Amino acid sequence: MQLSRNRILIALVVLVPLIALAPVPDFWINQFNTIGLYSLVCLGLVLLTGVGGLISFGQAAFVGIGAYTTAWFTLNMGMSPWLTVWIGLAFTAVCALILASITLRMSGHYLPLATIAWGLALYYLMGNLDALGKYDGLLGLHSLTIGSHDLGTGRGFFVLAWFLVLAFATALLNLLDSRSGRAIRALKGGVQMAEAMGVNTFRYKVVIFVLAALFASVSGWLFAHFQRTVNPSAFGLKMGIEYLFMAVVGGIGQVWGALVGATVTKLLDDQLQVLLPKWIGTSGSYEVIVFGIALVLMLKHLPEGLWDFVQSRLPAGRRTVDWSEAPNLPARNKPANGDILLDVRAIRKEFGGLVAVNDISFQIRAGQIVGLIGPNGAGKSTSFNLVTGLLGLTRGAVHFRGQDISGLSSRAIARRGMARTFQHVKLIPDMTVLENVALGAHARGRKGVVSAMLRLDRAEEQTLFKEAQRQLERIGMGDQLHELAGNLAMGPQRMMEIARALCGDPALLLLDEPAAGLRHLEKQGLIQVLRQLQAEGMSILLVEHDMDMVMQVCDRLVVMEFGTRLMEGTPSEVQESPAVRAAYLGEEH
Amino acid sequence: MDFSIASILLLDGLTNGAVYALLGLATVLVFTVTRVIFIPQGEFVAYGALTLAIMQTGKVPGTVWLLLILACVAALMDAFAQWRRHHRLVAGLQAALRTLALPVVVAALAAFAAPRNPPLLLQALLSTAVVTAFGPLVYRVAYQSLADASSLVLLIVSVGVHFAMTGLGLLFFGAEGFRNPAFWDLRLALGPITLSGQTIIIALASVALIVMLWLFFERSLYGKALRATAVNRLGARLMGIPSQTAGQLTFAMAAFIGALSGLLIGPTTTVFYDSGFLIGLKGFVAAVMAGLSSYPGALLGALFVGVVESFGSFWASAFKEVIVFTLILPVLLIRSLYSGHSDEEH
Amino acid sequence: MKALKKTLIALAVAAGSTAALADVNIGISLSLTGPGSGLGIPMQNYFKLFPQTIAGEKVNLILLDDATDPGKGAQNARRFVTEDKVDMIIGSCITAVAAAMSDIATEAGTVQLAAAPLGLPPGKDGWVFRLPQSNTVMGHAVVEHMKKQGVKTVGFLGYTDAYGEQWLKEFTPIAEQAGIKVIAVERFARTDTSVTPQALKLVAANPDAMLVVASGSGAAMPEMAIVERNYKGKIYQTHAAATKDLMRVGGKAVEGTYVVSGPAVIAEQLPDSHPSKKVAVDFVQRYEKSIGPGTRNQFAGHAYDAQIVLEKVLPMALKKAKPGTKEFRAAIRDSMETMGRTIFSHGVMNWTKDDHWGYTNETGVMLKVVNGDFKVD
Repeated sequence: MQLSRNRILIALVVLVPLIALAPVPDFWINQFNTIGLYSLVCLGLVLLTGVGGLISFGQAAFVGIGAYTTAWFTLNMGMSPWLTVWIGLAFTAVCALILASITLRMSGHYLPLATIAWGLALYYLMGNLDALGKYDGLLGLHSLTIGSHDLGTGRGFFVLAWFLVLAFATALLNLLDSRSGRAIRALKGGVQMAEAMGVNTFRYKVVIFVLAALFASVSGWLFAHFQRTVNPSAFGLKMGIEYLFMAVVGGIGQVWGALVGATVTKLLDDQLQVLLPKWIGTSGSYEVIVFGIALVLMLKHLPEGLWDFVQSRLPAGRRTVDWSEAPNLPARNKPANGDILLDVRAIRKEFGGLVAVNDISFQIRAGQIVGLIGPNGAGKSTSFNLVTGLLGLTRGAVHFRGQDISGLSSRAIARRGMARTFQHVKLIPDMTVLENVALGAHARGRKGVVSAMLRLDRAEEQTLFKEAQRQLERIGMGDQLHELAGNLAMGPQRMMEIARALCGDPALLLLDEPAAGLRHLEKQGLIQVLRQLQAEGMSILLVEHDMDMVMQVCDRLVVMEFGTRLMEGTPSEVQESPAVRAAYLGEEH
Repeated sequence: MDFSIASILLLDGLTNGAVYALLGLATVLVFTVTRVIFIPQGEFVAYGALTLAIMQTGKVPGTVWLLLILACVAALMDAFAQWRRHHRLVAGLQAALRTLALPVVVAALAAFAAPRNPPLLLQALLSTAVVTAFGPLVYRVAYQSLADASSLVLLIVSVGVHFAMTGLGLLFFGAEGFRNPAFWDLRLALGPITLSGQTIIIALASVALIVMLWLFFERSLYGKALRATAVNRLGARLMGIPSQTAGQLTFAMAAFIGALSGLLIGPTTTVFYDSGFLIGLKGFVAAVMAGLSSYPGALLGALFVGVVESFGSFWASAFKEVIVFTLILPVLLIRSLYSGHSDEEH
Repeated sequence: MKALKKTLIALAVAAGSTAALADVNIGISLSLTGPGSGLGIPMQNYFKLFPQTIAGEKVNLILLDDATDPGKGAQNARRFVTEDKVDMIIGSCITAVAAAMSDIATEAGTVQLAAAPLGLPPGKDGWVFRLPQSNTVMGHAVVEHMKKQGVKTVGFLGYTDAYGEQWLKEFTPIAEQAGIKVIAVERFARTDTSVTPQALKLVAANPDAMLVVASGSGAAMPEMAIVERNYKGKIYQTHAAATKDLMRVGGKAVEGTYVVSGPAVIAEQLPDSHPSKKVAVDFVQRYEKSIGPGTRNQFAGHAYDAQIVLEKVLPMALKKAKPGTKEFRAAIRDSMETMGRTIFSHGVMNWTKDDHWGYTNETGVMLKVVNGDFKVD
């Protein structure tokens, strides 16, 4: 997969100057210059909206910041554009950080509206500042020059713009195929799973937000020296909406979708402008009507975007296994068998007047498999979430390996050696099994976004994949490494979650109803795996409904009812307890 | 600023806010039932006001012909869908006729009455009917097949519909604006402020609409069915509530509210073919302030936007939009943190 | 052999005559959609009435919409210059769009006849000529009238866009020179739901006169808001509002407004001694015959004037070069600079090598709205 992608990129890089030298009509070169500018912004949107799930209408405002910065500094201070681009990027980054701190704390539909709000605010601000020429804007900019050679607004510019587009696209592809990329791809499905893997989701949201803004800023810088007049009308809400629908039409989930979308939209818009008057005899509103209808039709038939349609017909590449010689990841030191591993002390959770968990206490010693059972609504999952940091404690304390972890975030708890699975499987369907599991090792890696984009993280990636493969083989899924996680059946998906949790090298594994929805043979397989893990020294806390399995696998059981601990003991003690029977079956007999 | 100026500004802000509130309600309504962020809501407003304006000049408005064309397209789609399912031509024809019935009647009435210069109230009624009939057809043609698509795709489809409707608006109504005659010429002097009949109508209409919506959703079977679809589409279908009908009914209501709003602002504002977008946007702002779920919240949000706009225009008219859209941010932030909305359901 | 000779001669003659019959291509970029459509559509209406041949040459008009978007305008200009190889560019009717086009026209050595009062840095307008009067010219007419009426203070209510901004910038110094001060400035947008707050603030300042800067029907709402506040002073409007749409939407509230305008709009009321009377009447009759009575406006008049330019300039340029060549385009430019005083429907135009604006300060005519119609004041 990587090799063919590299070949394609090299081909494109060679193609760009060839096109510039070929006798392509000037007009088309210019068209593609504009398409290149749009593509840069759309690439940012693919990262922010397509992959990260954060809808932004405000990218046009960042284009404006980039454009106005270079315009003002070149006109008023005589600076070289090659310097002003950095000033523009710095300024954009600052603005993006400020806006991110306000916007990204919002969830759901507040976020896109906030982007509309500040997008509009910035637009009107740009149009009202005297220094920026108000609504007339700034005129008289020069095109870019390298030394004495003027790149102009034709072929020279074409080469520069498209080299930048390809460079940014490559950086993005690299980013998405890395440790940070996996974390970013986990953002869309909700933060709970990612946080439980040790991912700082807010930080990554800020990172992609700023990156998208920087891409837009570079587009603005190029735009200023291409059109040579800078005017607020190109940076308003209308353009912000256009960038978004260009990306969606092309396929907002994929990097190449950005280029396809920008190209198709621009060409459609343009050809309508030329062809319709010839057919109808007059120009004017017909073009925009037909364009709107075309947009609706395209989405009705290809809601995933054009590139998705193309890609689904291309042969899927397979990752080449090149990490067999890579070093192993350093392992955490594990507690000795018998030490107290988890000490839950009178934890309590109240939701308003409802007491969901009523002063529960229990202990897990290293090397034990402890089951948390009880009828529905007993508060088992809530207790689970309290221990793992997904919910805050109303009262009580949790000690893990001798340290007080009450009140810590799920991210911090995960990094201390507690890993968990979820009641409803949370995975990333369009990543492979191997990649999903590698996400579990996120906290054990170090390489960040910049290393990822520059492809300097290969060595670390190999160690992470090696670990992921090891865990998958440990639970018996070694032959499904390259399957898309979304294609798996429920049973294998649950097993995959266990492998992912194991990748975090935990001292304590927490499994939330791992047998739910499994067939008989799969349950048997699960029991085998759990026993094997215990033999290798793992401690496990299990919430489960399947009594057969619980009785077979667990060393100790904690029984809950109505939020309170009913009893604690060995499976046989629990089976004989009249109180337990009454709780499950009722008292009248 | 003294008390009399403040009170005039307040009244102005509340009056505009009431109209934004109506649009906010429509936006919340459409979103909760169909998950569509309906950007073209403002276009219904412009169409309503301008259809009436053209009727006033004694001509048949272009929207009437558009209604017929759209009805034919929807009828064809329905006919084809039915024929595919039952493989009988008759079933297809029946479906087509059902779709065509109401729009054709409305269009015929409007085309008949327009050149005959009927009284203002009748023209208003016809304009409302024409624009309301648009709603379900727009849903059928653009959104129905995408009922399970992601929110983002539905949003972009809305953008496409917005472009088409704006372009058609320019085609039918031209680039210049129109004003409608007032429905009630009354002027009441109340201390420093003058209450016009139009303001009273706007206030009454908003209150009446809110009450009617509340009654509809709480007390009527159709309303409850719509709420069920909003909460769980599949479950509602299993209970026998067709989600297509829910969608079309919702869009009809949204179009009705839009048309009504257009009639309300027509006498006091010059309405252009592209006036709808900004008004719809402010309604959308109000709706989001309400978390896209609560009607009283949308009302409060809209009144807030209207009043901020009014006072902002007084203090620094050049920066009015900057003020409005910047002040929204902290409100959104507070609202988002307070609602503690879980973003796990994507 | 004789037949071959005859054929060859016939072909040579045909070739020679087609060379003389090369078409003149004119590229026109107008805002037919978007906020500027109120200016672009009337111009498009007139261009539909354009003659097919001028000075014996076939004239092709290539008309494209720029959607009030400078990027699109620039693209249109590029297309005109590289694909259609036009001999002249007309457009756009919006200043920002025309600005984006000017660089491209200049680089290609093609005359741009801007339909907007486009201001450019000195030395940059070698190839750009303006059809409309500058706001300074119109501003002079307003200030003269105000002086005669004894106005000392003015309140300004204008669009938040380039048009409103330019008027403020150009009007204020002329007014100050005449001893008139602008004491309050408020802005609004064409699609606003209410202008009451701005009107409140302006009326509270109580200036002697108000200047409303807006276009077409958009000029009615601000004036109505001011009148509603019981303002008793004089109200002035700019030339972009010199259309019947103002009265259609404004009704009784706009009675008595002073509207400055180019001569084209009140053609019949011009005194016979006014140099533009004949062409203005011709314009009005042609336009209203095609579009309808009472539809005359400023912008269509500029399109008519473009025709006059071509009718005067093409014969001069054709003597020097053939259409489609660089020399022809340069010849057009030279002819425009040397053609001297030319009668436009909008006044007397006099472009020179140094002055590509052309109109003198006496061009503006002050009208008054009387009984729903314009009357020369």
